Amino acid sequence: MRGAPTTGGNETGFRRADARPPLTPTLSRKGRSGILLSLLLLLLLAFPAVAVEPEEMLKDPVLETRAREISRNLRCLVCQNQSIDDSNAQLAKDLRVIVRERLTAGDSDTEVIAFVRARYGDFVLLKPPVTGATAVLWLAPAGILLLAGIGVLLFLRRRKSGPATPAPLTAAEKKRLDELGGGDAA
Amino acid sequence: MALTRRHLLYLAPLALFLVLAAYLLAGLALDPRHVPSVLIDKPVPDFALEGIEGGDGLSSKDLADGEIKLVNFFASWCIPCRAEHPFLMRLKDSGVKVYGINQRDKPEDAAAWLVRLGNPFAKIGADRKGRVSIDFGVYGLPESFIVDGVGRIRYKVTGPITNAHQYDDLVAQIEALRK
Repeated sequence: MRGAPTTGGNETGFRRADARPPLTPTLSRKGRSGILLSLLLLLLLAFPAVAVEPEEMLKDPVLETRAREISRNLRCLVCQNQSIDDSNAQLAKDLRVIVRERLTAGDSDTEVIAFVRARYGDFVLLKPPVTGATAVLWLAPAGILLLAGIGVLLFLRRRKSGPATPAPLTAAEKKRLDELGGGDAA
Repeated sequence: MALTRRHLLYLAPLALFLVLAAYLLAGLALDPRHVPSVLIDKPVPDFALEGIEGGDGLSSKDLADGEIKLVNFFASWCIPCRAEHPFLMRLKDSGVKVYGINQRDKPEDAAAWLVRLGNPFAKIGADRKGRVSIDFGVYGLPESFIVDGVGRIRYKVTGPITNAHQYDDLVAQIEALRK
């Protein structure tokens, strides 16, 4: 019966909840918690994806940590939104090896980054440096916040003073009001 | 009714929005795949490469020969290079010197590729480890550089030259530098 059309079970066309077996198999409470537990255990297997291959790694753990840190901040120009630490592209692999070679040769972190930057430009840095071209990018959030702050301040100050009370009616206005009110007397 | 200062203030956010929109709209026309080279107007990196199958090879000294030339990074495994190839042949036939740097290729594959399609290159260096390519800031194949007579990089083409329009652009760049 499973998989049969769901309508037409009775004359009205409405299906009663208990009329036929449910379309999806139900599980016992025990079976359900078992599945939940195995799903949670599967989550433990979810390591962050990293492209660094074992033979690339340096034996010195201090240097390797520095290499990883540098690699995470260098863009892979082939995939553009991945760092060379995450990317499997050949260029990313070559650059990872170069980073490690330079560190082994005694370069400082800044020197290694400068080496790559001299070849690929600022775009290779995942965090753009403050230059003339990127000033707008860096200053815009602060500028917008400042403008919004000034706006809010002005608004609050105006609200505090409350709505202005209208000036008392002048003699001429009183006269006009009387005229309007007593139209039939005119 | 005349516009008061207050009315102008109400228009300020709209004006700000329009400026921002124009700025971002202009940005849409930029190609994120096209990363400008930092090496423009700088001398070519120092290198000395062997030939693909024991040929002459290519070194940075060859690029300072007093002529305007094209340096093309290619490989036999690179499909866009195959599409670009006829235009390199045309450039060579028009009298422009073209030098090749063969990136991460098997020498026999590269040699067979050139025999089958024709060889547009005056000299070829085999960049087996891809290090010279990295020194040139190459991040994909093909890429080409116009190098002047004293060995300075003057212009970069990222990606293949596959139509007459791109080819004419390149020739115009070379002509402009020859003057």
